[in-house]
Amino acid sequence: MHTRSLAALIVARAEGRISARQLSRHFLDRIAHLDSRLNSMITVCAERAMQQAAEVDDGAVSGPLAGVPIIHKDVFCTRGVRTSCASRMLDNFIAPYDATIVAQLDSAGLVTLGKSNMDEFAMGSSSETSFYGPVKNPWNGACVPGGSSGGSAAAVAAGLAPAATGTDTGGSIRQPAAMCGVTGIKPTYGRVSRYGLIAFASSLDQAGCIARSAEDCAHVLAAMAGFDVRDSTSVNRSVPDYAAQLNGSIAGLRIGLPQEYFAAGLDAGMRAAINAAVRQLEALGATVVDIELPHTDLAMATYYVLAPAEASSNLARYDGVRYGHRCNAPRDLEDLYSRSRAEGFGREVQRRIMVGTHVLSAGYYDAYYLKAQRTRRLITQDFAQAFEQVDLIAGPVTQTPAFQLGEKLHDPVAMYRNDMYTIPASLAGIPGMSIPAGFVAGLPVGLQLLAPWFEEGRLLNAGHAFQQATDWHTQWPEGFEQ
Amino acid sequence: MSWEPVIGLEVHIQLATQSKIFSGASTAYGAAPNSQACAEDLALPGVLPVVNANVIRMAVMFGLAVDAAIAPTSVFARKHYFYPDLPKGYQISQNKLPIVSSGQLDITLDDGRSKRVRITRAHLEEDAGKSLHERFEHATGIDLNRAGTPLIECVSEPDLRSPGEAVAYARKLHALVQYLGICDGNMQEGSFRVDANVSIRPRGTTALGTRTEIKNLNSFRFMEQAIAFELERQADVLESGGQVVQETRLYDPDRGQTRGMRTKEEAHDYRYFPDPDLLPVVVDAALIEAARAALPELPQAKRERFMSDYGLADDTAQALTASRALADYFEEVVEALAQQAKAGDSAAQTHGQNVANWVMGALAGALNRDALEIADTRVSAEQLAGLLARIADGTISGKIAKEVFEALWAGEAASADAVIAARGLQQITDSGAIEALVEQVIADNPAQVQQYRDGKTKVLGYLVGQVMKASQGKANPAEANKMLAAKLAE
Amino acid sequence: MSLTADQVRKVARLARLGIDDAQVQGYADELSRIVEVFAQLEAADTDAVAPMSHPLDLVARLRADEVTESDRREAFQAAAPAIADGVYLVPKVIE
Repeated sequence: MHTRSLAALIVARAEGRISARQLSRHFLDRIAHLDSRLNSMITVCAERAMQQAAEVDDGAVSGPLAGVPIIHKDVFCTRGVRTSCASRMLDNFIAPYDATIVAQLDSAGLVTLGKSNMDEFAMGSSSETSFYGPVKNPWNGACVPGGSSGGSAAAVAAGLAPAATGTDTGGSIRQPAAMCGVTGIKPTYGRVSRYGLIAFASSLDQAGCIARSAEDCAHVLAAMAGFDVRDSTSVNRSVPDYAAQLNGSIAGLRIGLPQEYFAAGLDAGMRAAINAAVRQLEALGATVVDIELPHTDLAMATYYVLAPAEASSNLARYDGVRYGHRCNAPRDLEDLYSRSRAEGFGREVQRRIMVGTHVLSAGYYDAYYLKAQRTRRLITQDFAQAFEQVDLIAGPVTQTPAFQLGEKLHDPVAMYRNDMYTIPASLAGIPGMSIPAGFVAGLPVGLQLLAPWFEEGRLLNAGHAFQQATDWHTQWPEGFEQ
Repeated sequence: MSWEPVIGLEVHIQLATQSKIFSGASTAYGAAPNSQACAEDLALPGVLPVVNANVIRMAVMFGLAVDAAIAPTSVFARKHYFYPDLPKGYQISQNKLPIVSSGQLDITLDDGRSKRVRITRAHLEEDAGKSLHERFEHATGIDLNRAGTPLIECVSEPDLRSPGEAVAYARKLHALVQYLGICDGNMQEGSFRVDANVSIRPRGTTALGTRTEIKNLNSFRFMEQAIAFELERQADVLESGGQVVQETRLYDPDRGQTRGMRTKEEAHDYRYFPDPDLLPVVVDAALIEAARAALPELPQAKRERFMSDYGLADDTAQALTASRALADYFEEVVEALAQQAKAGDSAAQTHGQNVANWVMGALAGALNRDALEIADTRVSAEQLAGLLARIADGTISGKIAKEVFEALWAGEAASADAVIAARGLQQITDSGAIEALVEQVIADNPAQVQQYRDGKTKVLGYLVGQVMKASQGKANPAEANKMLAAKLAE
Repeated sequence: MSLTADQVRKVARLARLGIDDAQVQGYADELSRIVEVFAQLEAADTDAVAPMSHPLDLVARLRADEVTESDRREAFQAAAPAIADGVYLVPKVIE
């Protein structure tokens, strides 16, 4: 069952060849048997899932994706279910409301199996900063799955669910999708509601999904996307039927290769795999040209000023007063604040809160925060100019395949460098996707495709065309296919 | 040394919206604690703000009413500090790009001169919740019902030079926002809160002295007392060779003193930055014109109209228009009186001066005596009109009317007519009854009757008074006068 | 560009993160390495570039002034660390 595509499961369920209960039972069993090897889940809600599945089978809930199981990144509020953001701070937090996308996917008939592990408050590139312990890569248990949506990516790669939701702030969908050999899409900023998504950096956070193929992503994204009156930054624009528009043809599509993404630092094996993938796109009829994104080298510094600045503000609400962790027997109000927060947040989160506080503080604001807001525009303008020449941009997602657990945990700058190819698109707010494109030393390689604002359909179609001609996305990590 | 006071006010004006500035929770006052704090107001993880359109409309109306510039684009920013009644750890406010700037308000000073007070800016922000420090012995309680209530913070230039000027400005602003219908003006409930920035400098110098900020000024009287105290305190400090410390002080009305706050004051670093959850607010010409069209008649225009329509003197018109509620009351009485008088023969508008006399006389006196605002009046406009109608048609005399008014104020009956009937105050107009009274008075006062007949006609007034007395004030004085004169001439 | 131990104490205080003295130097070293990366920004010529707060060039969409939320105090306070009579409790604050 888990080896079939989500698209196939929809049909099988609709035709009555399989029930929603059977589907949920199957994937819940897989989680129960296999997740001890991955630690990809924080909370499994088996009872709730079976109840939802029963409602589908009884006809009480219908919808285009009725009965298909899904896992939500634990960054999305799910009513009545612990929503921890992988933090001790929210270890006891049962969300009293649903994120908009959770409600939308519920009404599309998807069944929530549980909540996936992640970097604490989505701050990280390895899913190691979780209060619930690190997630392991299904392709190699000694390696990280990438992050911050590492639990979602690992779970999909291991066949614990046909699809999972994720969030991408600087690469947190694309990077773990690449490292786990699955397909992940980060839509345009504003395409999917952020209401109920626990904020890391509000001007960058964007919800998306991870699945085994572009076609599967097309189904899930169509159910997630859309305008939400509760999110001032969501865009009122109709959502195309992405799956119906997949025609598998990219003939005549102009694809740009940003030279800055192929400069020194890119692993030789990765380079070879990406070049081969680009030749494949050419073989499918695309025209490939070199392009420049000249301000790429500013992206990492820009991002690591802006994202922590917003994070330091967004995380000020965790004060031990209304919900969340409160320290034991506070002496006074200041003790309540400083001890609850020091105990509730892990080191990387505290590091980013301090960096963010610093760059916003008097005397530093102009040099750091305001300057980074200006360089953000330069980086965005690079994309606007590039898309006057090309329809899509292609390149690597990461410099290297998945690294060892613990390898970069104590070197934040080395960890941050991981995101250098994914950050620019986040700063610009354009959609991006990672699709499997080979292996280096047994670890997956991701090809990154970027499109102009609101051209998710173009991305998905290019990914689908590539996957019609390749089988990288159908490979299974050892021990998980059966 | 002679010191010159330098005072600027920061006024927090709660906007009279149905829902909060960034959430759909109710703003109604007095609900059970935290029953009107929704997910957004509580800053639950994942929630997002959405701007209330009415708040923008009200801010534009306010800006127009103080002749200010309305920003085509204004930006909400986050102001960071930790306090338990501030759920997000930041307040959404406006910093670099406020919606209203460079306004002005003209106030009238005690000596009748007019003074222009400059308004630096007026920005939108959300209110915090309430900290209940007294309610629990070992804890502070937090009620977040007020969190997210929309506020305009109106900041004046330090243009005010005495406690009296500061109060005149605050009163004018208070009247204005109620005129505009954007604030209920209830100071006890905190709808209109004033902080005063106070400093002094040697008269004749221009450099500003170190200022203190006085918070917690919840009435005009306290405001005047607090500023006066603080001016004196600063003068004492400076004259004894000390220095004024820049700090926030609280006014303690029981002691009539200001005192420094006990909470440790740190150098503030609010780390303002544009709120990434909100987009720039654009106010276009159409919105401004719609707000302009919705502006009600403002105090100055109303004052001029009262003078021309009702023939009132300037000072009467000014007093009546000091608050919109009082002006509305006055006009309601005039209108109701006109309705009632239609049955009779009086021209309504000629009653203007008469109504003004009653509103500024008996009514204002009663309100003042019982320390009530016009909104809490115990005699409604309808009731007062009913009373004045009975004077106009001769049912009662002006003197009896005062008695009826007090009875209405005391809640004795629902209308003037009911009081008149219950107390039997109807004027005696029956000529037979008056004739009997007149004859009695003539019989009882032979000396005065003789004086009259000897040509001392002034004594008639005394005799009329005796008739009125005998009737317990109910005889129609004109009728009594006429009949007495006739009888004496016999 | 680096952060001194005093600067670390200052930002930790601003952010209400209770870090003890033994941790200060470690944070100072880590934060300094991060802040060093920001030096890259200095080289960029941004004199003519407007700051960008938001990825899309949009303006605020306003909400009608309507009460849409009802009383859910019980549900919201289920997770509260300390409450009494419907109010949240914190250690006593003296103003």
